[in-house]
Amino acid sequence: MSAAPDHTPTFAKHSITDRIGQAAPYLLVPVLILAGFIAIGAPTSWLTLTVSGLAMGMMIFIMASGLTLVFGLMDIINFGHGAFISLGAFVGVSVLFGLGGWTDAASLPLNIAAILLAILAAMLLTGALAWAFERVIVRPVYGSHLKQILITVGALIVIEEAIHVIWGGEETFLNRPNALRGAVTFAGAALEKYRILAVVVGLAIFFGLRLVLQRTKIGLIVRAGVENPDMVEALGYRLRLVFVGVFIAGSALAGLGGVMWALYEQVITAGMGENMMVLIFIVVIIGGLGSVEGAFVGALLVGLLQNYVAFLEPKLALVSNIGLMTVILLWRPQGMMTVAKGS
Amino acid sequence: MVRFLLSGDAPRSRILAVLLALVLVGLAFAPFIFPGVRALHTAATICIFILLVASYDLLLGYTGIVSFAHTMFFGLGAYGVALASVHMGRGWDALAVGTLAGALAATVLAWLIGLFSLRVRAIFFAMITLAVASAVAVLVSQLYQLTGGEDGLTYQIPRELTPAFRFGELFGVRLNGRLLNYYLVFFTCLALFLLLLRIVNSPFGRVLQAIRENDFRAEAIGYRVVVYRTAATCMSAAIAALAGSLYAIWLRYVGPDTTLSFEIMIDVLLMVVIGGMGTMYGAVIGATIFVLAQNYLQNLMGLAAEATAGLPLIPDLVDPNRWLMWLGVLFVLSVYFFPTGIVGRLRAGR
Amino acid sequence: MSEPILSLEAVETDIAQYHILKGVSLSVPRGQVTMLLGRNGVGKTTTMRTIMGLLRNKAGQIRFDGAEISGELASSRCRAGIGFVPEDMGIFSALTVEENMILAAVSGAPDRARLDWLFTVFPPLKTFWKAPAGTLSGGQKQMLSIARAMIEDRKLYLIDEPTKGLAPAIVSTMVGALRELKRQGASILMVEQNFAVARALGDHCVVMDDGRATWSGAMADLATDHALQERLMGLSMEAG
Repeated sequence: MSAAPDHTPTFAKHSITDRIGQAAPYLLVPVLILAGFIAIGAPTSWLTLTVSGLAMGMMIFIMASGLTLVFGLMDIINFGHGAFISLGAFVGVSVLFGLGGWTDAASLPLNIAAILLAILAAMLLTGALAWAFERVIVRPVYGSHLKQILITVGALIVIEEAIHVIWGGEETFLNRPNALRGAVTFAGAALEKYRILAVVVGLAIFFGLRLVLQRTKIGLIVRAGVENPDMVEALGYRLRLVFVGVFIAGSALAGLGGVMWALYEQVITAGMGENMMVLIFIVVIIGGLGSVEGAFVGALLVGLLQNYVAFLEPKLALVSNIGLMTVILLWRPQGMMTVAKGS
Repeated sequence: MVRFLLSGDAPRSRILAVLLALVLVGLAFAPFIFPGVRALHTAATICIFILLVASYDLLLGYTGIVSFAHTMFFGLGAYGVALASVHMGRGWDALAVGTLAGALAATVLAWLIGLFSLRVRAIFFAMITLAVASAVAVLVSQLYQLTGGEDGLTYQIPRELTPAFRFGELFGVRLNGRLLNYYLVFFTCLALFLLLLRIVNSPFGRVLQAIRENDFRAEAIGYRVVVYRTAATCMSAAIAALAGSLYAIWLRYVGPDTTLSFEIMIDVLLMVVIGGMGTMYGAVIGATIFVLAQNYLQNLMGLAAEATAGLPLIPDLVDPNRWLMWLGVLFVLSVYFFPTGIVGRLRAGR
Repeated sequence: MSEPILSLEAVETDIAQYHILKGVSLSVPRGQVTMLLGRNGVGKTTTMRTIMGLLRNKAGQIRFDGAEISGELASSRCRAGIGFVPEDMGIFSALTVEENMILAAVSGAPDRARLDWLFTVFPPLKTFWKAPAGTLSGGQKQMLSIARAMIEDRKLYLIDEPTKGLAPAIVSTMVGALRELKRQGASILMVEQNFAVARALGDHCVVMDDGRATWSGAMADLATDHALQERLMGLSMEAG
């Protein structure tokens, strides 16, 4: 028998550099904001861009969080995730149109109530569709990434086209509810009210998700399942049911993101979710597949960079995110925060 | 002789052999069997898509990795020819330089993407190619001074390849540069298709298939999976670029919609899956059926939409603009019930 | 003698295209420790995973506590009373020791008294209670893995190589803990390469070769019969 010299706890060996290594991804956000400040020069423009970058990042995070968890938990890659974004946007916007009296009233509570109802409807419908989607589309192709990609792409097209058939038209324009139009001025910079709301909602979702993942038994099961699904089963939990729940919740979040994105862009198309998938994939890859924290940091980086670059050199905005992805993959080939598989 | 040309990879099904022979004869004599500008255009499109789909099959069917950047490589070849023709002026040298530059650019880009994504997980590849391809598409439409943006570029090709160049008549068909152009497309596609067939039946191709079946085991036996996958990606990209160059020479026009769009990517995916992944001959069958359907079935849908104009919902569903929806449905169903495609079925049912 | 807690009858299991178990029949008596022995690659771990339900047997019966469980999910088998310590320990390294234990207590919050008992058996667990399990040493991870299986009373414990790669001092801690478990009347099926450990703990033993159980009997018989060891396992385990 070989003697393993490992009785001394390795816990004490955690050095300063290890800790900085773990915190480094979070530090990238302030570093990027600072770099933006230096590159842009004008403080007011910089503040406006930073807020809109954060707002955009938060919305991308909301859409990306479900995708990364679904992958981490069941090794399922869903290219059809964008369909839930589009569907959420169309359902939410239809509700907002229906509640036109509330959204046009100069009353913040009525406006917020209309948005909440729109979000509720969008999340319920996308969640319901996700339940069917998981059963019909995803379940038969467990274990084969190739088939998952093919079949979810097919489903994405069908759902997008179905949106065309149901709602018709190419582009639908909308106005934000009355109280959320316009901007507030802070330190000389114009900050759009809606973007501030988006940041608040995004933060709430992030901390809510973290709370669930860190403090509840479901959260423990999800985190453990990302690492070692078999062992979670062997400890007596039906991971399948948890997974279906995560899939539905993640898709409902995509629907929520869709509503928020619709109010941000003030125009919706059936293909909007598909277009968002490009940024979402970049976020999920640089964050590390399966990591919610990674997706959060990645989304903020992408949102900020996109806004700074669009100001400095508009044509390079999307390319800059490819550059960001390249740099991060050079630094950490698995993404910023990886989830250990097996032990 | 035939066996040598096919690299020993016989059709292995009598029906398939007959179908392939029909396609070959039909394309080889297209100008004489199917007269008319539109028919010839359809035939050339079929040739080019057979090559494009076959090069994609090298990746998807034989190597087992999904790429969404294949139309990007296709577009690189096409824009190579277009840009060279615009800047160097009409001439054979412009075609040669553009084609080579496009193929080279595609190879280098494929190598870079492979370097970043295949090293980690094959699944990264699908996502990264999607991101890169859409960034390139956006870039092409934004750099309009160079690329013509959404309008694309039109340019002149050597006179010998245009309808203006006439040199007689055969079997009642006027012989002109357009005919020469068609045969340039046809023979180049045929040669490159046979080359692809050779690649997948070589020892290299066998290793690719071993990796597709079980990459851990292939690595354990001593094959460097990343190297093989990257090499396959580069080859596939280079051939896609060559197909793009041919398309640019044939059309005398390039634009995002004809070469770069995500819709063409979906078309290519569908052609591979319907024809049969990992068979090469599937590309021939898939592309032929698909291009024919696209050119002639959409008209039929238009007629159906008109005929049902009074009914609820149905005219919306059969509207030619909803073509993509039915493709999507077909796609999902074929991945479920028909994963080996037409060629797989024919071979199994032999 | 009462019915065995677990019995396998001609169980066959495939992993991908490989036929690993070719008809395993064995039984595990109640309240005793049964050792599963054999060379590497004969199917011991596959047998354990098949019993737990992480692999499906394509033929044969698995009877646990009087019921056929071949069709049950791993999670149901756990809730029916099987505790599992896998060969790779199956630690959730991103979770703390505490969270690992909370997760293991499937029927509710961990029982305080039982936890205190586990702390006396495995003191490091208390020391590193709030630490991420990934930062533990190999021996401590093994302790956590066993403690996780023991946090609630199970009718049967499946323990796959608990002493693999551990220093001798920890091996004796482990043997002490398992002996304690045995003293409380637990039924255990255990894979063990270290013959000294196997002999110290085992009441019965089953020897496997090439996907089948080729011998079973009292541990004492095997321990004293070197010729039998030689024949069954191809080498004498006495030196181990």
